[in-house]
Amino acid sequence: MKLSSIPTIAPSPLGGGGPQPKLPHFVRDWFATRGWTPRQHQIDVFVKAAQGRSVLLIAPTGGGKTLASFLPSLSELKDSGGQGLHTLYVSPLKALAVDIARNLEHPVREMGLDISVETRTGDTPPAKRQRQRHRPPDILITTPEQVALLISMAEAPRLLGTLRRVIIDELHALAASKRGALLSLGLARLQTLAPDHRRIGLSATVADVNALRAWIEPQSDDEGADELAALVEGGGGATPEIAILDTDQRIPWAGHSARHSIGDIYWAIERARMALVFVNTRSQAETIFQQLWMVNEAGLPIALHHGSLDATQRRKVEAAMAAGTLRAVVSTSTLDLGIDWGEVDLVINVGAPKGSSRILQRIGRANHRLEEPSRALLVPANRFEVLECEAARAAVIEGAQDTEGPAELKLDVLCQHILGVACAGPFHPDALHAEVKRSFAYRRLERALFDKAVAFVSTGGYALKGYDRYAKLRPLADGRLRLAHPRLAQHYRLNVGTIVAAEMVKVRLVRRRRGGLEGTSALVGGRVLGEVEEWFIEQLKPGDTFLFAGEVLRFEGLDGLNAMASRSSASDPMVPSYLGGRFPLSTYIAGRVRAMLADPASWGHLPPQVRDWLSVQRWKSRLPRQEEMLVETFPRGSRHYLVCYPFEGRLAHQTLGMLVTRRLERMGAQPMGFAASDYALSVWAVRDLSLMIGTGRLSLQELFDQDMLGDDLEAWLEESHLMKRTFRNVAIIAGLIERRSPGQEKTGRQTTVSSDLIYDVLRSHEPDHILLKAAFDDAATGLIDLGRLAQLLARIRGRIIHQPLDAVSPLAVPVMLEIGREPVYGEADDALLEEAANELIDEAMRLI
Amino acid sequence: MTPFSRKPPTNSSTKPCGSSELTRIRVGGLELLADLSGALHAPDYRALLVADLHFEKGSSGARRGAHLPPYDTRSTLKTLMEAIERHRPERLLALGDSFHDRAGPERLDEIDRAAIGTLGNAVDVMWITGNHDPALPASLGGRIAAEIALGPVMLRHEPRAGATWEIAGHLHPVAQITRRGRNLRRKCFIGDGGRLVMPAFGAYTGGLNVLSAPFGVLFPERRFRVWMIGGRAIHVFPSDRISP
Repeated sequence: MKLSSIPTIAPSPLGGGGPQPKLPHFVRDWFATRGWTPRQHQIDVFVKAAQGRSVLLIAPTGGGKTLASFLPSLSELKDSGGQGLHTLYVSPLKALAVDIARNLEHPVREMGLDISVETRTGDTPPAKRQRQRHRPPDILITTPEQVALLISMAEAPRLLGTLRRVIIDELHALAASKRGALLSLGLARLQTLAPDHRRIGLSATVADVNALRAWIEPQSDDEGADELAALVEGGGGATPEIAILDTDQRIPWAGHSARHSIGDIYWAIERARMALVFVNTRSQAETIFQQLWMVNEAGLPIALHHGSLDATQRRKVEAAMAAGTLRAVVSTSTLDLGIDWGEVDLVINVGAPKGSSRILQRIGRANHRLEEPSRALLVPANRFEVLECEAARAAVIEGAQDTEGPAELKLDVLCQHILGVACAGPFHPDALHAEVKRSFAYRRLERALFDKAVAFVSTGGYALKGYDRYAKLRPLADGRLRLAHPRLAQHYRLNVGTIVAAEMVKVRLVRRRRGGLEGTSALVGGRVLGEVEEWFIEQLKPGDTFLFAGEVLRFEGLDGLNAMASRSSASDPMVPSYLGGRFPLSTYIAGRVRAMLADPASWGHLPPQVRDWLSVQRWKSRLPRQEEMLVETFPRGSRHYLVCYPFEGRLAHQTLGMLVTRRLERMGAQPMGFAASDYALSVWAVRDLSLMIGTGRLSLQELFDQDMLGDDLEAWLEESHLMKRTFRNVAIIAGLIERRSPGQEKTGRQTTVSSDLIYDVLRSHEPDHILLKAAFDDAATGLIDLGRLAQLLARIRGRIIHQPLDAVSPLAVPVMLEIGREPVYGEADDALLEEAANELIDEAMRLI
Repeated sequence: MTPFSRKPPTNSSTKPCGSSELTRIRVGGLELLADLSGALHAPDYRALLVADLHFEKGSSGARRGAHLPPYDTRSTLKTLMEAIERHRPERLLALGDSFHDRAGPERLDEIDRAAIGTLGNAVDVMWITGNHDPALPASLGGRIAAEIALGPVMLRHEPRAGATWEIAGHLHPVAQITRRGRNLRRKCFIGDGGRLVMPAFGAYTGGLNVLSAPFGVLFPERRFRVWMIGGRAIHVFPSDRISP
């Protein structure tokens, strides 16, 4: 990504005499003056682009991808700059746009080209944005949201009609998200406005290359095979060296803190030039960072980087990394993408890798020189994670990918896009449907669904009672639809985009000053440390301590949308349990872990403690074969437990837990609760489950039957908070409800209606509404992970093995330790209310 | 002010079906039964009380382009009819803000308008005016009043700081308790034996935490209890158990 760090080594495999002459002279000369040789993929991209093809370039970071993508534009603009916008470069990272522009300016200047390069992001001043609409640069570096804004402008045809090239960066990450779906629609629009433009997609290695090739290429009308862009592969570089931390300490049975290996992590940091320490959640980042500083006897410069920290703070850390003044940065996925940090020579991944592609991407961040292997250290935080790390290491060595495919048919995004198109000018539904179908993400969009989306945009699309009088789209005589009022366009521009952040509260650092009236202390100061989810702050009482921005803070109180916090001397804070940044365990890694469990011959690599754990499990209970699901039942305390091991990730297990509990209830087992981990599900009940299964009163085949995805699911979804949360996002993206604007006071009697209430009403009166469909589709692949659950139920049909036990088994211990630790999101609320009320009664009735 | 005198209870049952127990709330000596829907039954007066129905809140922003599902009036009416079925009162007393805005009655569709009309067949309806609906059209049916005296207790929309015995709405009380790191936020009744503020009944109504300032004026030094409405039962908590 960083153009100035193009390696000076790497003689081209074909030498200087092969295809190199195909690059124009001024480019070859520039390479020569820098003492560099163009890489093969840079030449290949240029050749394919010159032939008029769109191109997907797959190469690891540090491979000179960005320059490769710009060479065709530079060549075309050499003698014909200044004739309108020629190239649009779309990056998912706003912060990166400026770096890319700066890095592009060097070669542009050195090649003696008269080409203007500018950026346009949410941070660009209005005056500059205004000017860009009238006098656009040759090359504009921007974000998917800005593309949506550009095409919604009345002058879009003139402004964008001159486009010749569109470059999409980090396509593997973008395409999988709703931002990608929005951009996919934007590209279809650009295809209409500038039919001659060609595209270049830049991507890391992915599981399904053809999906991305098709994503880049405009799709045709016929229902046959997808149209594919040309493919250029940059070669993978050396196979990374991956070690799994072998510790003398006792490996924990559960938890994600990795506290036991802090000493080992520090030791590894001391021996590296610069280490990136990746974790999965922000709370892990805070904890690891704090603990590293506790053992930081050498006072190494170690920094912290995660999405909740204030942006200027993050930029400072990034600058220090670029300058090479740091020895380690503890980070969440915020550093997964982006600039190459030249000096990073070790990646430490704390916790489970969760996916093969994710860990490959992270390890690639240490890919300083392409030809040298990256070095990585995996640090498992518990015993199951040891298995997961082993599975990930094997997958990485094979280069196995398990990336998600592109997001498709996101209906909420479609609704937003339709309104955006209308903001630019009248459109004909027939033409827009045909146009939308040229985008990869919507190539299979049926007309009926498209019409529903148009109806939603116009009047809400309700069956029984319409808002025809207040329609946002009005028909013209020629069948086109126009925006009813210009005010709607302003409104659209404020709400554009698909990123729906949780409601956030600023964390402000204040000092307590003694004095004032009667010993009260005033709060002074107020530097913003960052932002944290509102629900987290709401559960704090003044005086509670929590870990944030690497410090232990004392919560002082809430002032509007500011959480006031002061420095605390407490050493054992109540750690923030941010849910943000959790990743699902990939199906691929899960399958490998199951295979490993089933095959004791493969345990050779495992640490002795873990081998012992599995051996004792085999002796006390049993180990399931790869395609089997083991179900153990045993009594403990006054309860009876059922533990099963589906290995389908926490979200799917949570859904399974909800549904299984309902069924157990019906079967008379009196279930009381459940806990889920990435690997297992534990349910507890009043009745003796071993006995019920043994006497045939409870059938496991029936309990885990696929029909649970029918009525039981339906009944649960009615009250599921996860569905409501998903619906809120969909309603905001589609434009049904507004984002809460900053500073807006919460009065309780506000004029806005809570999305939960809308969900309830809509569900009972119009269950087929397009937004409910959109929410269900999202939840099915997201928070309730129905896809995985359905796969699981199909996989284990007839393959459930039951093992009654006298006591808890070794394999069950980790999920048993999760009980009470991880709140199951908002389902047993009434039980909790009753519990709270009963506790009160107990207290009142106690005799002493 | 429209006074009501006490009527001797008749033989019909006042027990709500569905919920296991009756939740009794006393205000100024009146014995009242809280319903899971957020309504309040006064058996001695054969009256069902509801507050803040906010009919047509869903359609209130349509002109500005907010096309919320226009089914909130229907939902609210359905819940209301069910409560009437359960308690079989002779009269329905709506404690103000029955419509979300002045134009609300005009926006009613035919089905909902008819449903409000049939309410009058089952019960005598009395609409107390509120700040959202200071004037209600006569075509609505029923009687319209600013306040009603239910025996010793005054029924009005906005609670009055100096009042002795009153039942009011307006504030949309919700209470929150924190349990095992989770916040449970529910609509609630809030009262101190002399005054009771009812939860908002409407399908699209939000809530205001009972620890916020407007309640502090009415219940100084946190001398109140809340009756939180759960999915299966109503739970009573003293004020020191709830969180902001």
